[in-house]
Amino acid sequence: MGSDDVFTQTFEVAGGDFHKAGRVSIEIKETLQELGISPAVIRRTAIATYEAEMNIVMYAAQGTLHLALSPEAIVIEVFDRGPGIPDIDMAMREGYSTATREMQEMGFGAGMGLPNMKKNSDVFEIISAVGQGTRLRMVFHLGGRTAEA
Amino acid sequence: MTLREVRDILQAEILCGQDNLEWEVEFGGASDLMSDVLAFGQPGLLLLTGLANVQSVRTASIIEARALVYVRGKKPNQESIELAARKGLPLLSTRFMMFIACGLLYKNGLKGLVTPPASG
Repeated sequence: MGSDDVFTQTFEVAGGDFHKAGRVSIEIKETLQELGISPAVIRRTAIATYEAEMNIVMYAAQGTLHLALSPEAIVIEVFDRGPGIPDIDMAMREGYSTATREMQEMGFGAGMGLPNMKKNSDVFEIISAVGQGTRLRMVFHLGGRTAEA
Repeated sequence: MTLREVRDILQAEILCGQDNLEWEVEFGGASDLMSDVLAFGQPGLLLLTGLANVQSVRTASIIEARALVYVRGKKPNQESIELAARKGLPLLSTRFMMFIACGLLYKNGLKGLVTPPASG
């Protein structure tokens, strides 16, 4: 969270709750629409946030999703208390997945989540500790893309 | 192609969005895998799926699909239909299997999404 943030909001996401999964991302998308952010930026933010929210639901016990909006950018930070990712390079490969059958029956867990978050964000940072959890930080510049996927 | 034409071609039931049948769709895509829809979906997409849970509606809403068609006679629950109605996302349900539904729409001029680039 920076001092020039004009809007911040924090959401709790419950692990394992597939029924509610995605609600936070829909709410964030609606908030950004009300704030008049450009549709292309909203779309990228919503897709990446939805992927992050689904990862909490699928893999973690609990997680927090923080939205911060400054005049220049949207920043989404995600912290979860989950199993952590042993090999981030492996997890960033499209198609690599440790999803269970239940996750796949929900239409997720194809190993596209992390690469898709990176593709849709301008800055993508991930830190993970096995047995502790994962922290994600994604930045979406309001002025348009600075780093094409 | 309008949603009315989609409805007629697929002999589909309108679950919500009855007032939006004049909306135009230019291209369609089909998947049961929402991960792929999030990765490759484009705004304005006519999404065909056999996945009739609330995630299909949330995913279609996130990618800004124009409308969602459930194949094999599937229908989502009432909560999902209400969410779609609130989000302005028309829902249709057809008895056709996925392959036939896609084939009929394609034969009648609906385009598909081009293949995504090979590299991620």
